Amino acid sequence: MLPASNSGRVYAVLLILLGMAPFITSWIDQPFYLDLLSRALILAIAASSLNLILGYGGMVSLGHAAYLGIGAYCVGIPAYYDIYNGWIHLGLTIVVSASFAFLTGLIILRTKAVYFIMITLAFSQMVYFTFVSLEEYGGDDGLVIYLRSEFPSWLSMEGATALYYWIFGALVLTLLVIYRLVYSRFGRVIVGSKFNEERMQSLGFNTYRYRLTCYVISGVLCGIAGMLLGNFTSFISPEMMGWTRSGELIFMVVMGGASSFFGPLIGTSAFVFLEQYLPEIMKTINPSWHEYWHLPFGVLLVCLVLFGKGGIHGWLSRFDKDGDVK
Amino acid sequence: MTDSILKVTALNKSFGGIHATRDLHLEVTRGDIHAIIGPNGAGKTTLISQLSGQLKPSSGSIEFERKDITRLTTAKRARSGLARSFQITSVVMPLTLLENVMLAVQGTSGHSFRFWKPVKQDQQMVSAAMNSLTEVGLQDRADKIAAEVSHGEQRQLEVAMALAMKPRLLLLDEPMAGMGVEESQHMVDILKKLKEKCTILLIEHDMDAVFKLADQLSVLVDGHIIASNTVENIRANQEVQRAYLGEQHA
Amino acid sequence: MQGAFFNFSRKTIPVDWNLLITQLMNGLQLGLLLFLLASGLTLIFGIMDFINLSHGSFYMIGAYFCGTVVSVTGSLIAGIVVALICTFAIGAIVELVIARRLYRSDHLDHVLVTFGLILIFDTLVHMIWGAAGMAIPLPEILNGQLHIGTLVLPTYRLVIICSGLLVAAILFVLVTRTRLGMLIRAGASNRTMVEALGVNINKLFLIVFAIGATMSGFAGMLIAPITEASIGMGNEIIIIAFVVVIVGGIGSVKGAFFAALIIGLMDTIGRSYLDDLLKLSLSAEVAETAAPALSAMLVYILMAAVLAFRPQGLFPPAGSK
Repeated sequence: MLPASNSGRVYAVLLILLGMAPFITSWIDQPFYLDLLSRALILAIAASSLNLILGYGGMVSLGHAAYLGIGAYCVGIPAYYDIYNGWIHLGLTIVVSASFAFLTGLIILRTKAVYFIMITLAFSQMVYFTFVSLEEYGGDDGLVIYLRSEFPSWLSMEGATALYYWIFGALVLTLLVIYRLVYSRFGRVIVGSKFNEERMQSLGFNTYRYRLTCYVISGVLCGIAGMLLGNFTSFISPEMMGWTRSGELIFMVVMGGASSFFGPLIGTSAFVFLEQYLPEIMKTINPSWHEYWHLPFGVLLVCLVLFGKGGIHGWLSRFDKDGDVK
Repeated sequence: MTDSILKVTALNKSFGGIHATRDLHLEVTRGDIHAIIGPNGAGKTTLISQLSGQLKPSSGSIEFERKDITRLTTAKRARSGLARSFQITSVVMPLTLLENVMLAVQGTSGHSFRFWKPVKQDQQMVSAAMNSLTEVGLQDRADKIAAEVSHGEQRQLEVAMALAMKPRLLLLDEPMAGMGVEESQHMVDILKKLKEKCTILLIEHDMDAVFKLADQLSVLVDGHIIASNTVENIRANQEVQRAYLGEQHA
Repeated sequence: MQGAFFNFSRKTIPVDWNLLITQLMNGLQLGLLLFLLASGLTLIFGIMDFINLSHGSFYMIGAYFCGTVVSVTGSLIAGIVVALICTFAIGAIVELVIARRLYRSDHLDHVLVTFGLILIFDTLVHMIWGAAGMAIPLPEILNGQLHIGTLVLPTYRLVIICSGLLVAAILFVLVTRTRLGMLIRAGASNRTMVEALGVNINKLFLIVFAIGATMSGFAGMLIAPITEASIGMGNEIIIIAFVVVIVGGIGSVKGAFFAALIIGLMDTIGRSYLDDLLKLSLSAEVAETAAPALSAMLVYILMAAVLAFRPQGLFPPAGSK
């Protein structure tokens, strides 16, 4: 099912390596890398969900981090009342993020272009301030989650390795869902609407309904990423859904290569890697510079847009005769 | 009594103070190629857009196959058998020709809330799309990206997409726009064949093509149809000569 | 002074007029600051179709430059003059080096690049001035309070309000009475027409961008003596400024003015009176929980409503579609 191209093979190997990661990290005795990977893969789920609407659907959302927050609080708030049943957490995440995406989407999907960007931003700010003012659940200061979501033993999240496989499994499922979606009848409507919505309508598609459905699917997938993030960090706060977080998600998608299937995974890995090692690199230049790592990061971002079309995936697929960028 | 497929009654459309369509009446007979001619700015594309639903008329009614469609959305009209092509080539540029035509097949065959099965494995859809491409002579170019084929071929693709919707009435907005002599001739041949399948309402500047193809001619001036008749009668009509043809042949 | 009462069903709220007037002045102050940010933003948006998330960085940079000059010379006037020149120059550089290349690309690129610029500017300020904020001392004469009847108002607030109104007036004259203003207005509603007039469009863009940056910087200088200059100070307010732009209508300076005042007042009044208002219909406990959330959300609710029902904004520029 993977694209039979050079970059496709690279990605297949990458997935297999990711599947073996817990063994590799314990073999080289570096459990810290597993943490880093867990975080990268969670963000990859979020970025992939954003890529579904942004890359394939042309809907630039500057409010997608809201779903990360919603998912995380769907773990945090029940846990606050000592409800740790994982199915409840998961069910709540899906129901809440789907309803939020649907209700806001009814308005959001009526707008285009810059208005779309601004209204997604507005709704995510509303969620942000809601949680900031919920004093009961920590408000600004956030909430500690003492135990992970409880699942039957074969699905348990206890321990770093088990949680990693949960995350890895969720990522593979997400990628599979998006892959099937994009090439299905539904996905073709979404892709077509990105480039020429008026034409799609004159071909007989009620594009509003299809795009709204796509927006809801994307919101739910990102909500699940948030649920995993809550379990992973065991500390959640409104800060994780601020608008700059949404900006970072867009950055990850574009850095990896928007509307390419594996782009978001590559982009988030690069992001987490840079976040981790840029401070170290800055330190080698000047010991007191490690806190200035945002500088090369920002420069990279500017250069990426000015010079690097197609992101990392774009560079990789120049080796292919047929890039799958569409 | 002739079988009328489209009936437009007292249609008006104004943008601010400008009347783009004024008390427009039009009847198209099933099986005809019905051409609309008129000087630039007469409101031809505005008319097509109201027929296909992109623009809402200020007043008046549009009946398609005896049903009032004035309030229907573009998508609903398309699914009920009314297809249009665009004056400015409007295909999905980054997709292949086949993928473009498959979208057209998909749009008019059931809903698309199907999330799992890849469209390319749907043999029925692929062959329906290939048939349409074959009818306009593009069968060998099916896997080319739309943005990379010639302008003439993009125009043919427009027609193939409209055709793939299996319309009973096809609205063609200047299908020969920007074409060379040879490409135009090719398009005339294609349209002649299409006539067997569906009624065509044609807007075209190329008078030679219009006279070769049309059964009926309507003349649109300042948003109003001043005459509607057979090609021979229109050519003989003094008023039309003055208002339009004279001006062109002067 | 517990003056009049609002009668509302059977409950009443005592109104403290002094407090109300103070809050109205605060709202006016916020509104005018927002206008200084949003007027430039709306023109850059309307004329160049460019989304500049980093417009708030000029707000921060203005404050830091001003603070530095004040700490060296001791003169606030000198600080403001130098900082105005510097923000103008930095705005011009950003336009020439980066923004100019992107006017024709899509909004996604704008979001990314200007997000990157925010990171760059924030870190540069961190490197130059350190992580701690910078206080800007006020001259004695501005630091006092004005007594009007029983009212006590800080002098500096009045200074902010007057300067804001003054800049608004200058901008108004510039936009409605000069040739540059004519081009700006034409550009906001119909860009191709201006290009067709044979105007040097690059120069026009450069001037608009740099003036916008300067006004944003000026807002930062005005507020810094109250809040002190700090890293990322522009990142919250810029989002509200975007709300102002959308609510007022993209490209409309007049719209930005009224929307800024509406939003400034709404936000301030909402924060101080919403819980009282909610208590009229809800229990005290519910009202106290809901009020802060709701008042923080008010401006976004307004924007969502505008986008849903009047997407062109409340005062779209004349002649736009």
